[in-house]
Amino acid sequence: MSEPLPQRETMEFDVVIVGAGPAGLAAAIRIRQAAAKNERDISVVVVEKGSEVGAHILSGVVVDPIGLDSLLPEWRNHPDCPLTTSVREDRFLYLTQTGAHRLPTAMMPKLIDNHGNFIGSLGNVTRFLAARAEELGVEIFPGFAASELLIEDGKVVGVATGDMGLDRQGNPRGDFVRGMELRATYTLLGEGARGSLSKQAIARFGLDKGRDFQKFGIGIKELWQVDPARFQEGLVQHSFGWPLDRHTGGGSFLYHFDENLVAVGFVVHLNYANPTLSPFEEFQRFKTHPAIRDTFEGGKRLAYGARALTEGGWQSVPRLTFPGGALLGCSAGFVNVPRIKGSHNAILSGIQAADAVVGELVSGRPSSEPRAYEEGWRQSAIGRDLQPVRNVKPLWARYGIPLGIMLGGADMWCNQLLGKSPFGTLSHGKPDSACLKPIAEVTPITYPKPDGVLTFDRLSSVFLSSTNHAEDQPCHLRLANPALPIEMNLPVYGEPARLYCPAGVYEVVYDDEVAKSKPRFVINAQNCVHCKTCDIKDPAQNITWVPPEGGGGPNYPNM
Amino acid sequence: MKILVPVKLAIDSNAKPRLKADRSGIDLANVKLSINPFCEIAVEEAVRLREAGKATEVVVVSVGVGKATDAIRSALAIGADRGILIEAEGRVEPLTIAKLLAKVVEEEKPDLVLTGKQAIDDDSNQTGQMLAALLDWPQATFASQVELDGAELVVTREVDGGHQTLRLSLPALVTTDLRLNEPRYPSLPNIMKAKKKPVETKSAETYGVDLTPRLSVVEVREPAARKAGIKVADAQELVSKLKAVGVL
Repeated sequence: MSEPLPQRETMEFDVVIVGAGPAGLAAAIRIRQAAAKNERDISVVVVEKGSEVGAHILSGVVVDPIGLDSLLPEWRNHPDCPLTTSVREDRFLYLTQTGAHRLPTAMMPKLIDNHGNFIGSLGNVTRFLAARAEELGVEIFPGFAASELLIEDGKVVGVATGDMGLDRQGNPRGDFVRGMELRATYTLLGEGARGSLSKQAIARFGLDKGRDFQKFGIGIKELWQVDPARFQEGLVQHSFGWPLDRHTGGGSFLYHFDENLVAVGFVVHLNYANPTLSPFEEFQRFKTHPAIRDTFEGGKRLAYGARALTEGGWQSVPRLTFPGGALLGCSAGFVNVPRIKGSHNAILSGIQAADAVVGELVSGRPSSEPRAYEEGWRQSAIGRDLQPVRNVKPLWARYGIPLGIMLGGADMWCNQLLGKSPFGTLSHGKPDSACLKPIAEVTPITYPKPDGVLTFDRLSSVFLSSTNHAEDQPCHLRLANPALPIEMNLPVYGEPARLYCPAGVYEVVYDDEVAKSKPRFVINAQNCVHCKTCDIKDPAQNITWVPPEGGGGPNYPNM
Repeated sequence: MKILVPVKLAIDSNAKPRLKADRSGIDLANVKLSINPFCEIAVEEAVRLREAGKATEVVVVSVGVGKATDAIRSALAIGADRGILIEAEGRVEPLTIAKLLAKVVEEEKPDLVLTGKQAIDDDSNQTGQMLAALLDWPQATFASQVELDGAELVVTREVDGGHQTLRLSLPALVTTDLRLNEPRYPSLPNIMKAKKKPVETKSAETYGVDLTPRLSVVEVREPAARKAGIKVADAQELVSKLKAVGVL
């Protein structure tokens, strides 16, 4: 950079929240509710990197209303109520290449029952929560990415928003606007799975010390408008098995909701071993299964997107609080893997963090850490949700299908009936980035070509995510060692980034494609849907995802 | 000089519009809406004129239901001084908008009306021209440069094959084209300040303008999907294919 950037301006708040997702907005709402009860004015600001609230929210979603009921008991009667489809039928399928076997409902542990839950769009839930938060006096700023933790004397004192109007080389353009410092007594990070500031906070304060590795999955989703004759309102269907092999964890979801809408998606656990696997192609292939494809006959794909999710659960949740703040929702990792849900715990975590923060603030002498949150969650509804299912994922990872699934089911039954597990608490073993085998040791997977009707290629899919980034800006996918993709990842793993990225961001191009001469690693950062999979799965941990200019990224409607 | 900037809230340029199932229009439920980009350029130009000391006040006005306030707030965050929301339900046609705006001009008595050349949702490109006609004011559409020269306005217009420069006496109406300016990023403090700037809400009925649409939408359809192309092996095959479809 040619000259130093000007000083940032500063704004002061009681609480700054990063991310307008279910966790962050729940915390914001709860703080303002509690402030009113205590006759205190507690100022709350929420910054959101998406161009609007909900633009970067992607989830199935079947929502367990326990969180909303606790936060806004009257939400069901609100004229803008975002969840109107109740779950009517709950199916669980085991797929083979041509067959589909439905697991009897009686066999399913009650822990994973969907009765009483709602199908909808989590993006629309956050739009609803944002409107309620603003009514309570919360300041929400979409289009502003928190790009830096402000740390002074070992304590987080706020965040800085990213600069706007930098060119590719990082020099200010004519329309340059310097970022702002948002300072606060408490900074709550609700960035979702693998949040960029959360990752820094976890490392800086050693929040994962003594905890298991966090584990992740990648979820890829499409929204379809289907033929009314094929629509079954309230149907929730999950599957495991084909097209994944016995040792690769993951499965599908398929939810019928609203008016002829079907949300269909596929999750691949990121501990997969075969570097030639493409989660995107597995999803496309899944839709062609004879038991699945009929749903989409005569339908139209409306939207596409992808997002990493946490899967480590109970044993992987880091310490939630640090000097000056706390982690919320999937920034900590509260997904219940067998229930395939986390948004209820995200909301509950926002509530618990808010209660701890308000407790400190009204005490008159707020301590630097809202400790009650860290001390309370394992005994709370979140802990009661996650503790009994803690071994399902490790058993699946160790024993594959079907044994791991059966053991996981038996373990959940034990927890339900006896309140304890014969396995104690199993460890996840190693981080997802360490799970790939060299390409020489695996059978390469080949995928069928898309037909453009039921299955699609990546670029036409990214188009439906309405992703947009200002063109002339620094690349937000940073390589610690720019030579590594070609020198190491390509020969050893075939550069898996080409395949795990659901948006076609990473490519290896050759001077001569036939002779494969002079390979170059290309990053099409403008395609990025902010899923964070590269930051998680790169075997050398060479890629760091940082927020691009605020407002960039996908613009998901109804996702 | 006082500037009035009419703005419209339109479907965001990055959003993918989807038809309603009955094909009566675009489904706007949970789709991102933003200030129309041409209107945003008009606001930026007006604010620059004020910042250069050539204008004293920038007033924005929008017609629509509650959400239209978002377009006004965006304009206030860029730097406009105050807003007027004229509440009207349903589809309001360009002529009706122009009639309502003519009434606002009567009340506000601006020296200049600056607005977008068209909205990116329906691409009508009518409101500015109709308003100028109703007011019997000089107009310059598709402006790529606007300069104040004493009591006159010198406007460069983008026309087919080049530029045309017009000199207008005030009061006048100008509609903006894409190259007039690049709107700034509103800063956080300015967005906060915008929330506190005055926005007056008025019902369209109070203006005595008939809001009934004169056109009815019969059907809205998507353009036909492009067919997949083919790969040809060499130039010879290309020529023969082109001959076969009658291009050569």
